[in-house]
Amino acid sequence: MMLKHRTYAEVKGGDSSRMAEQVNAQQARVAERLAGVKACVAVMSGKGGVGKSLTTAAIAAACAARGLAIGLLDADLVGPSAARMSGVSSTGLEVDESGVDPATSPAGVRVMSMDLLLDDDAPLAWREPESESFVWRGAQERSALREFLSDVRWGDLDLLLVDLPPGTQRLIDLAELLPRLDGLLVITIPSAASQSAVSRSMRLAADRGIRVLGVLENMAGYACADCGEVRSLFPGDAGRRLADQHDTTLLGRIPFDPDAAGHADMGALDQIMDHTVAGAAIDEVVGKLLKAIA
Amino acid sequence: MKFLCIECDEQMIFEQRQLPGDGTLAAAFRCPRCERVVAMLTNPMETQLVSSLGIKIGGREVPEQPLELVRSEVVGGRDDAFADADPPLPPQAPGTVVWSLAAVERLEGVPRFVRGMVKRIYADYAKENGIAEITPEIMDRARSELGLEGM
Repeated sequence: MMLKHRTYAEVKGGDSSRMAEQVNAQQARVAERLAGVKACVAVMSGKGGVGKSLTTAAIAAACAARGLAIGLLDADLVGPSAARMSGVSSTGLEVDESGVDPATSPAGVRVMSMDLLLDDDAPLAWREPESESFVWRGAQERSALREFLSDVRWGDLDLLLVDLPPGTQRLIDLAELLPRLDGLLVITIPSAASQSAVSRSMRLAADRGIRVLGVLENMAGYACADCGEVRSLFPGDAGRRLADQHDTTLLGRIPFDPDAAGHADMGALDQIMDHTVAGAAIDEVVGKLLKAIA
Repeated sequence: MKFLCIECDEQMIFEQRQLPGDGTLAAAFRCPRCERVVAMLTNPMETQLVSSLGIKIGGREVPEQPLELVRSEVVGGRDDAFADADPPLPPQAPGTVVWSLAAVERLEGVPRFVRGMVKRIYADYAKENGIAEITPEIMDRARSELGLEGM
């Protein structure tokens, strides 16, 4: 015999497990923590290997050099590199019940990244049984990103840059977690293959109503370490094509610069800005990016 | 999630949560009218799925700690990542929770990556429950009630 009883909607009392209440509280904490952040911009490529993390760290440093208060959140939890590239070597993050202080780079950028928390060379691994990790790994990474947003004492910032990993899932997570995502900076390399992959990501952003602030073409030529002349590296002009295709701006073209790569490996971003061909190009991009955000 | 006592047509209320330590979870719900209690038992996969969202069935007894999920679930966290791993200090003011020597020794066995957070959670638990001294027995009770497996 079929039992007769009220349905979920008919039982008017609150959720006995109090899950919804906790999820709402989590969202509220993110909003409260970021109340002092004037703009939040995600940096995405949709494809790996385009030099996004280095470029993002350099943009953050260039913004700081202009006197802006900048935060850099490394949302690439599996392959984190923002702290190293920003020259942050400090450990022992200050923490109390109200939150965790981010690390501060030599350029003055407030940085939070999984590479501040993991042992050297340790992969991101969770305590759960590996055999079923596909079920909850995504949820755990999303929760970790939420904690980086809500539990880090970002303070008052002119701009919080979020360095996204390759792919599109983390952009969706971020857009859902943030009370407001002010825009997306898209990075590509000149090749047609990159154009295709990045275009998909831009399409997804448009579908989600996320504003694309512009496209940056990285590795647009090769800056000779001896003479500084920029020579061809990859065929194609994906940056221009993507900007036209998605009705946005090409913010700049940054050449591959071995000097810049060497400085980044040592976390000396200030050297990039002051002494490299790539640094000058990045500074130009920053000027346009800040105008686009304003 | 709601639990309904069909016989009484009353929504059951959350009573208590237990984590036996094998990755499973037991949450008990009681009918306010007939006092019948039922237990929801989740397998390790279901337990982990809920925990991955950073939420606790039945709600939280003590405040959420900063980076709680990262600190409690990540394997391979660096010992010197946080500056809060020092052992508890002797109480500075009347009414402050005291740590027994055995409890301090046990706390020192907790990995430094998570130790400072665990210390605060036990202290919060003691305050919430009017406990003046944290002992290994209190730690066991808190672990089971709060779901501090692996800490």
